[in-house]
Amino acid sequence: MQIYLPVADLPVNIFLVLAMGLAVGFISGMFGIGGGFLMTPLLIFIDISPAVAVASVASHIAASSCSGAISYWRRNALDLSLALMLLAGGILGMAVGVWLFTLLRSLDQLDLTIGLSYVLLLTIVGILMIAESVRALVRERLGKPVVLRRGGSHTWLHGLPLKMRFKRSKIYVSAIPVWLIGFVIGFLGAIMGIGGGFLLVPMLIYFLRVPSATVIGTAMVLTLVTMAAATVMHAVTNHLVDAVLAFILMVGGVIGAQFGARAGQSMPGERLRLLLGGLVLMVGLRFAYQLMVRPDDLYSIRVMAGG
Amino acid sequence: MRGRYHLLKLALAFGCCTLGAAPAAAERIIASMSLHRVFVTSNFTGTQITLFGAIERDPPGQQLRPNYDVVVTVTGPRQNAVTRRKGRVLGIWTNVDSRTFINVPIYLAVLTNRPIEALASAETARRLHIGLKIIQLPQQIGPDVADVVPDDPFRTNFLRLKMAQQLYSERTNGVTFLTPTLFRADIPLPPNVPIGNYDVDVKLLFDGNQITRARSAFELVKTGFEQFVAEAAQKHGLLYGLATALMAFLTGWFASVVFRRD
Repeated sequence: MQIYLPVADLPVNIFLVLAMGLAVGFISGMFGIGGGFLMTPLLIFIDISPAVAVASVASHIAASSCSGAISYWRRNALDLSLALMLLAGGILGMAVGVWLFTLLRSLDQLDLTIGLSYVLLLTIVGILMIAESVRALVRERLGKPVVLRRGGSHTWLHGLPLKMRFKRSKIYVSAIPVWLIGFVIGFLGAIMGIGGGFLLVPMLIYFLRVPSATVIGTAMVLTLVTMAAATVMHAVTNHLVDAVLAFILMVGGVIGAQFGARAGQSMPGERLRLLLGGLVLMVGLRFAYQLMVRPDDLYSIRVMAGG
Repeated sequence: MRGRYHLLKLALAFGCCTLGAAPAAAERIIASMSLHRVFVTSNFTGTQITLFGAIERDPPGQQLRPNYDVVVTVTGPRQNAVTRRKGRVLGIWTNVDSRTFINVPIYLAVLTNRPIEALASAETARRLHIGLKIIQLPQQIGPDVADVVPDDPFRTNFLRLKMAQQLYSERTNGVTFLTPTLFRADIPLPPNVPIGNYDVDVKLLFDGNQITRARSAFELVKTGFEQFVAEAAQKHGLLYGLATALMAFLTGWFASVVFRRD
């Protein structure tokens, strides 16, 4: 069944888009990530213009993470005060990111910058995550106790001032690294058009030692707020949010996220991180392949607004 | 020698003009679209509209000539378009070169009753702008805007990509004669056809020369819900964005209520 998208100006198969929303929603609920780095390329693949795809995906991610966040809230697996502190840094990061985005676009280097940052970021993060979780799994297999948070082992991060206690996560850390992480996520989100959940989750685990119990729910709150803000920003600046497309994606996304969240909670943390690491690495390699291999068509057309 | 050659060319050109002009008053075309307004609704998946045309003797009552040729050119809304070419830089494939086409039609269809080479000489086709090969596609070249040679790689690739998207088309069987003086042309409108105004230009040719031409037009508009959403997105960006964000919250909340197990 075809439906015409009023802002994207073309018809799409409603079931195909629904299925895409379901699949990405499942992954997003399972790992606590937005899934923008998966959804945007999928939409471009079915001929939706990149600008409309990026703008509409933001609201889809907001819906998925809203549904997921409520589920984690009910399970009391969410640290609201930590999320708010991250958000404070995130908003500043977003502002700086938007400024650099405009600068790079005026220098005509945006496409390459985005492509390269996807490759570098995704492959490095993917490899690190796989390596860490494999180590953890091997330790477990050898019968050694798995200790993610060693009580006495304080890193230099713990020597920083402005210490705060996040009760729900049972951590006592300086606010400075929390703001920094929020800033980096907001910055990359604005530059690369992603929610940044796949970066946020490992950062919270490795740098702040946030326990697996609260990390995903907290990441979802941050994703929800930044992506809702991004939706409004896109709608105001370039008028390219397609509400019909967004709604179909949302319906698929929230249903998928519900099942994903359940699948994620029933799986041990190391295995979950191994899976997410593999997924991130695969997408990174896919982008690398695109940059390294001679494309089928060397030419491309882009219609510019205002002719 | 050279001077005489030019004189000859001038004389020939004058002869062509008078020959072409003399029968111009003898026929006229009455053209009408099956629809003047095509509505794009939620189930729009592309369509086709038909142009009907009749050839009449002007003044009436006289004998018509046999074997007319008809060329229908449909031009959609215009926009600037960038064509980019990828190249290899330090082992990475990236956009290395680009050309901006200025104010070119997003949609273009050329419909004829037989191959263009058969109904007009290359020179006439160029002069009358018949066919995609010789259609004007002005590019931004430094501070100037000009069309380039027909085999310019950016130009040929622009045409190739547009034809692959079905937005540019050339159909040598697009015009059908129902009787020797009555014809129809089926104009294809693919699913990705742009919203806006379309010009329809009908040329009547006889023996490789244009006798007369007629114009018509139609428009493609969104209607109902589609129009409402598109207008809201364009005119009330902030409200539209807030509404979409609210929709995201509600959808997320609704799903978590519906799927609640505990």
